Amino acid sequence: MLRNILIGALTVAVIGTGVWAYQEHKEKNAILINAENNYQRAFHDLTYNIDLLHDKIGTTLAMNSKQSLSPALADVWRITSESHNEVGQLPLTLMPFNKTEEFLSKIGDFSYEAAVRDLDKEPLSEEEYNTLKSLYQQSADIQDELRQVQYLVLKNNLRWMDVEMALASGKEAADNTIIDGFKTVEKTVEGYSDNDMGPIFTSMEKKEASYKNLPGKEITEKEALSIAKKYITIGKSAETKVVKNGDGSDYEFYSVSIQDKNGETNMDITKKGGYPIWIMSNRDIKQQNISLNEASNNALKFLNNRNFKNMELFESSQYDHIGVFTFVSKIDNVRVYPEAIKIKVALDDGSIIGFSAEEYLGTHRTREIPQPKITEDEARKQINKNVKIMESGLAIINNRSNEEVLVHEFLGTLENDTYRIYINAETGDEEEVIKLQNAEPIYEDLVGGKA
Amino acid sequence: MKTKRILKVFLIFACCLLLAQSGESIQKASAFTNQVIQIGAVGDDVIELQSRLQYLGFYNGKIDGVFGWQTYWALRNFQYEFGLKVDGLAGWPTKLKLAKASQYHEGYVKEQINKGNKFTHYGGMDLNKQTAPAKKNNTAQKGTTNQPVKKPAGNTGGAAQNTGNAGTNNQNAGTNAGTNQATANKPTATNVPNGFSQNDIQLMANAVHGESRGESYIGQVAVAAVILNRLDSPSFPDTVSGVIFEPGAFTAVADGQIWLTPNETSKKAVLDAINGWDPTGNAIYYFNPDTATSGWIWSRPQIKQIGKHIFCK
Repeated sequence: MLRNILIGALTVAVIGTGVWAYQEHKEKNAILINAENNYQRAFHDLTYNIDLLHDKIGTTLAMNSKQSLSPALADVWRITSESHNEVGQLPLTLMPFNKTEEFLSKIGDFSYEAAVRDLDKEPLSEEEYNTLKSLYQQSADIQDELRQVQYLVLKNNLRWMDVEMALASGKEAADNTIIDGFKTVEKTVEGYSDNDMGPIFTSMEKKEASYKNLPGKEITEKEALSIAKKYITIGKSAETKVVKNGDGSDYEFYSVSIQDKNGETNMDITKKGGYPIWIMSNRDIKQQNISLNEASNNALKFLNNRNFKNMELFESSQYDHIGVFTFVSKIDNVRVYPEAIKIKVALDDGSIIGFSAEEYLGTHRTREIPQPKITEDEARKQINKNVKIMESGLAIINNRSNEEVLVHEFLGTLENDTYRIYINAETGDEEEVIKLQNAEPIYEDLVGGKA
Repeated sequence: MKTKRILKVFLIFACCLLLAQSGESIQKASAFTNQVIQIGAVGDDVIELQSRLQYLGFYNGKIDGVFGWQTYWALRNFQYEFGLKVDGLAGWPTKLKLAKASQYHEGYVKEQINKGNKFTHYGGMDLNKQTAPAKKNNTAQKGTTNQPVKKPAGNTGGAAQNTGNAGTNNQNAGTNAGTNQATANKPTATNVPNGFSQNDIQLMANAVHGESRGESYIGQVAVAAVILNRLDSPSFPDTVSGVIFEPGAFTAVADGQIWLTPNETSKKAVLDAINGWDPTGNAIYYFNPDTATSGWIWSRPQIKQIGKHIFCK
C-alpha cells in the first residue's frame, strides 16, 4: 500500500517536473527567438540601408542643380546615421568593426556639410566631386561584402545569437561566417587610405588634443611629485604613488595618487614640461558654509597663484555642496573659449577639490588677436529680430569645422530662454546659436508629491 | 594692573557680543544670509531672491531655488532700475535695497514649495489667488501648525497685505518655524550640465554602478568618462542609451547588474565626468585583465590602469 502511494507520488513528481521543464524550455526559446529576431532585423535593415546608400550616392553623381542635389545629399546623411544606429544594435562591440563605423560617419559628415551649404554660391568643387565618386566606389565594395554575408545568413539559417555567444566567450564557433564576413568588410574599409577620400576628409577629422608641443623639458617621477605638491596639500602621513602612462597614450604623462586620512587625491601631469592635466579629490562634503561667489573667488586665486594668468569666470553651477566653475582666458578683452579650465570647489571649507586643464593645455599659446572686420552694430543686424540682446563682446570660438574664429558674442533673450549667439567678426556669418540650459525641475518632487 | 586687563577683556567681549547681536538684527531685517548670491547658486537665499524679485514684478519665472538665466536678467533689471551697479550679483547693497523695496512671505512660499503647488508671489495681489491647487491659505496654515507667515522687512515695505495673519505676530515662533523649515526645504529644481537631463545622468549612474561599484571614486569617474568618450567617437552610437545598451558593450548590461540601485557616489562620478573630468586620457575601451575573455581587447593600445581596469584606445 505504502509502496503504491510512494510510486504514485513519485510518478506525479516526475511528470510535474517534466511539464515544468518543458514550459521553462518553451519560454526560454521564445525569449531567445525574440532576441534573435531583433538582431536579424537590425542586420537586414543595415544591409538594406547600405544598398540604398550606394544608390543614393550614385544618383548624386549625375545631378547638377541645387534643387535636387541638396535634398539627395541630406538623404545620404540620413541613411548613414540610420546605418550607424543599426550597427550599434548588433553585437559587434568585441570585434574590430570601428573602421567601418568611422567610414559611415565620415560619409555622413561630408554629405551633411555639402547639403546644408548654399550650392548656388559655392557649388561642389572638382575635388569634392571626386570624393563623391570614390565614396560611390567604396560603398559598392561594402555593399558587395554585406550582401554576401546576408546571402549566407539566409541560406544557412545562421543565428546572431551564436555570434554573440562566440564573441562573449572568446571561443571559436563552429561556423564563423558572420564574424568572418564582417571582418572582411572591416579589412576592405581599412584599405581606403584618407588620400582616396580627398583632403576634405582629413581636415574634418577632429583634432585630438596633443600635448606634444608644450614648452619645457621632460620631467622625472620625482619632479612630478614635487609639482603635485604645488597643487595639493599633502599631509605627512600621506601615501604617494607615481605611475607612468601606458604605451597606447598619445602623449606621455605621470599619474600621481595620494592617499591620506581625508581621502584620495589623483592627478595627471604631462611628462613634457610638467603641466597639470587634471586633479580630482574625493571626500564627503556634508554642508555648505561659503557661498558660490566666495568659492569662485577662491578658484580664481588658485589659478592666479599657479601661473594661469588672465583667466575670467565664465560659468558657475552649484551641485549639492560643490561649486563647479569654468574659467576662460581673456586677452585684450577677447574671451578665448577654447582655453578653458574647470575647477571644483568644496563649499564647506572652500578648498579646491578638482581641476581640469585638458582643453587649456591643448590650445593655449601666445596669440595675436585679429581686428574684427565687422563692427558690433553690423553684427547685431545679423541676429534674429525677436531676440532681445542683453550683453555683447568679442570672443574666439571653435566653429563647426573645428577652426578658431573671431566672433562677436551676444547674450540675448527670447521669451523665457537665454541664448548665446556668435556672429563671425570677419564674414558676418551666424556661426553658432546656443540655447542655454535652464534648471530642470526635480521629478521626484513632482511625481511623489512631497519630498 | 590685572583688574585693568580683565576689564579690557571684558569690554572687548562685550563689544563682540554687541556686534554679533547687531549683525543678527541686520540679518533679520534683510532675512538673506551674508553670502553674495551669483548665477548657478542653489538654495534658500535664491528662493528668497526670486520671491522678492517676483514681488516687484521683475521675475516671472518659477520660484524654484536655482539661480538661472531668468533670475539673472531679472536681478540685472532690478539693479538698473534702482540705480545700483549692474553686475548680476546679489551682494550686500543689492540685497538691502531689495529687502526694503519688497516683501517676502517665507511661510507662504515654503509651504507652496513643500506641497508642490504651482504658485506665484507677486506684490499687490492676494496670495490666496496665486496658488494653483486652490487651498485656503489660512486653514492650510492652521493644519500644519506653527507656520506663521514671517514678515521680514515687510513692515517697512508698505502695502500691508496679509492682515489675515494678524494672530501670528509672535516673532520668536516665526523665526523658529522659518529656520526649521529652511533646513527641511529643498529647491524644486536643479542645475544640470548642458545637453544632459537628470534621467540621462541616472541611466549613466546605473551603468557606472553596475560596472564598477567596487572601484575607487576615480575608477568610477573613469568608467563614466569612457561612456562619454564613446558618445563623441564616430565608431559608437551617439546617444547615452545607445552606448550603454549596445549589445556586448558592458557586462553589467548583459547580466542585469545595471538595474541595481546606484548610490550617490556613482551619480557624483557621472556628474564629474560630464563636467569635464576624464581620468582615462581619452580611452574608449576598458577591461578587467583578470576576467576579460576577448583576445581582441588585449590588442588595443593601453593608456593606463585605474584600479582593476585597464583603459585603452
